[in-house]
Amino acid sequence: METKISVSLSDFRTETRAWLEANCPESMRQPVRDPFDLFWGGRNAKFNSEDQRLWFERMLEKKWVVPYWEAKYGGGGLTSDENNILTQEMTRLGCRKPLYSFGISMLGPALLNFASEDQKLHYLPQIVEGKIWWCQGYSEPNAGSDLASLQTKAIDKGDHYEITGSKVWTSYADKSDWIFCLVRTDFNATKHNGISFILIDMTSKGVSTRPIKLISGKSPFCETFFDGVKVPKENLIGNLNEGWTIAKYLLTHERQMIGGIGETDVKKEVHTTALEKLSLNSSGAISDGVLRNQISDFEMDEEIFDLTIQRVTDEAKTGNNSGALSSFFKFYGTELNIARHELLMSIGGSEALFWGENEKKDGDLARKFCRSKGNSIEGGTSEIQLNIISKLILGLPTK
Amino acid sequence: MALIITEEQKMLKDSATELLSVKAPISQMRELRDSEYSPFNKKLWEEMVNMGWTALTVPENYNGLDFGFVGLGQILEETGRNLSKSPLISSILLGASALRLSDNEALKVKLFPGLMEGTSQLALAIQEGKYHQSSIFNTQAILKGDKYVINGSKTMVIDGTTANFFVVVCQVDGNYSLFIVDANSNGIKVSKKILMDSGSYADIIFKNVEVSAENQLNIKLDGRLLLDQLMTISYSGISAELLGICKQAFDITIQYLKERQQFGVIIGTYQALQHRAVILFSEIELCKSIVLKALQAIDENDTDALKYAHLAKAKLCKTAKLVTNEAIQLHGGIGVTDDADIGFYLKRARVAKQLFGDYNYHLDQLAKIKGY
Repeated sequence: METKISVSLSDFRTETRAWLEANCPESMRQPVRDPFDLFWGGRNAKFNSEDQRLWFERMLEKKWVVPYWEAKYGGGGLTSDENNILTQEMTRLGCRKPLYSFGISMLGPALLNFASEDQKLHYLPQIVEGKIWWCQGYSEPNAGSDLASLQTKAIDKGDHYEITGSKVWTSYADKSDWIFCLVRTDFNATKHNGISFILIDMTSKGVSTRPIKLISGKSPFCETFFDGVKVPKENLIGNLNEGWTIAKYLLTHERQMIGGIGETDVKKEVHTTALEKLSLNSSGAISDGVLRNQISDFEMDEEIFDLTIQRVTDEAKTGNNSGALSSFFKFYGTELNIARHELLMSIGGSEALFWGENEKKDGDLARKFCRSKGNSIEGGTSEIQLNIISKLILGLPTK
Repeated sequence: MALIITEEQKMLKDSATELLSVKAPISQMRELRDSEYSPFNKKLWEEMVNMGWTALTVPENYNGLDFGFVGLGQILEETGRNLSKSPLISSILLGASALRLSDNEALKVKLFPGLMEGTSQLALAIQEGKYHQSSIFNTQAILKGDKYVINGSKTMVIDGTTANFFVVVCQVDGNYSLFIVDANSNGIKVSKKILMDSGSYADIIFKNVEVSAENQLNIKLDGRLLLDQLMTISYSGISAELLGICKQAFDITIQYLKERQQFGVIIGTYQALQHRAVILFSEIELCKSIVLKALQAIDENDTDALKYAHLAKAKLCKTAKLVTNEAIQLHGGIGVTDDADIGFYLKRARVAKQLFGDYNYHLDQLAKIKGY
């Protein structure tokens, strides 16, 4: 039996800080401009720079790509206290994550909770090593807010399933190697009870994708089509027809991420931008009184929302938590982000309208404003979140 | 520090819930109003004293409990829920705090015992115009020999008709000073005003009122500093009461949505109403966080305590307006009748919003603090 040397948390912090300072290249501590600048791994993995490669390989060797998973799955086996310290220290130095992956943030938690041990041992280490780029197949053209009415069907063909249908809003589907999908496996059951969770290799015959352009321009979103795709039966995760349980679990998880919990980047305060760009009166106040009030009101809500994340996190530590609160965070957090972009457009005036011809360089403000309009739709619309809170927290009756 | 209340604070809150819901429910407030707007129930006040609530924020060396403002805030939240009337805000949140912040030892020794026993009451006289502000006062105190002479007028003095002493905020030589003034002093004229919350307030005129220099609360202490700290406590404390008002008005309304039937269905099944209810829920979630943060900031001597107090009062004023308005609308016709309790929350919220500055005032102060 191995004896684990007990290291106090403050020693762990000191060592972690020193290691990160020595090993995280300077260019990997800069803010990210474009999600395509990040390292996503995959079969055709390509590093954008030597620093990016170094950073990933060092973190992989240190077992800190997914520091909180168990060692047998390729994780670092850190306790939650240690993992918090690592996150804090990475935030402090501005370190990027070495690998961006829906495998880590979405599929991994689902596998850990619902997959067989064999499946965990097979898929999780591949995620950690960045060997597979995963995407998520949930929404369909006719199943958006009403996700459970999805129609992509998996027909039992004895030794495999045959899958036919289409998915929409599949981020990075055109670059992904595999997709985790919700499919209908029982057409006679009620809509929530005939869904299964299955993994599909994107190189299978019959899979095709088409990118979706947004009002903001280029986007990672795609449509994904399945035309009689053969999928081995062992790719099913969890029990047949119980995929909705996994979906609900992952949606809660996704809402927390979109709503801002776990988000670590520090946003520039709106009033700082305002002071740089707007005319001020003799006492140094923003001359446009209406805009000044709007900024003050927004920053009030923004600061108190952050305190609310803290309060609910602290309450959760004492075992006092409602999962449905993730709907509140998703709803309120995205509405705040939309309000932020509205304000930045007001502050920018006609300058903020610039769109330009080079999408990579031009029109950052206007494009981000347009993109923010999707925040209250993706991951469940604001209205769906209100429905969930109404039912699960307020206990208001449904018809 | 974790943004949650401790076990001890939770016990205090529970005991307040128990006492107030039994001994000072909204029906008592209605009775007081119907018996010629009686200011408060003396038996209840004795109970509060026996529970130790009047000693909560008094330092231990004056035989107080020194339990902190998070504790007092839990009680104020419960008084907000039940709309319980008592001198807790005037005499303890405001009066005892002015004394606590003071560097006048003799006054503390003299006044704390009566305050804690509930036998004497303090009332804070600060506001002069239609709106609260804390930078310019027309009430002047001028030193003549060993006495100050106070001239000016104050309004919105909470429980000003029943107080034994006033804490009067004055302008003195370009700075501020606070004085303890005996309510029976010559030259004081108190006029009672009943406001829409059925509470007793006073307009007070001070005409050549002589006060011993020994009654000055700030001796070496900067009057501005004392005033800022007192305002921090006032904003945060009233916000705690407003939180209780929001929570209870919301709870009553949700209950009604679950009971009332129209068109053969419970009206709470309508999505139009559900979504409005959830918006209220969400705003109240934010209110819970900022009220607790503001109260903790006082207890921890946080240098940002005044900022959190402004944040709390701004957010609570805005939310209390939203919640009480929506509460009436969601009740429909019954909501505008005197028979229903919900209207009392609307009326108390309107007064508590104005006390120590409404949303606009605090939003403006926040922008100033941040330098824009």
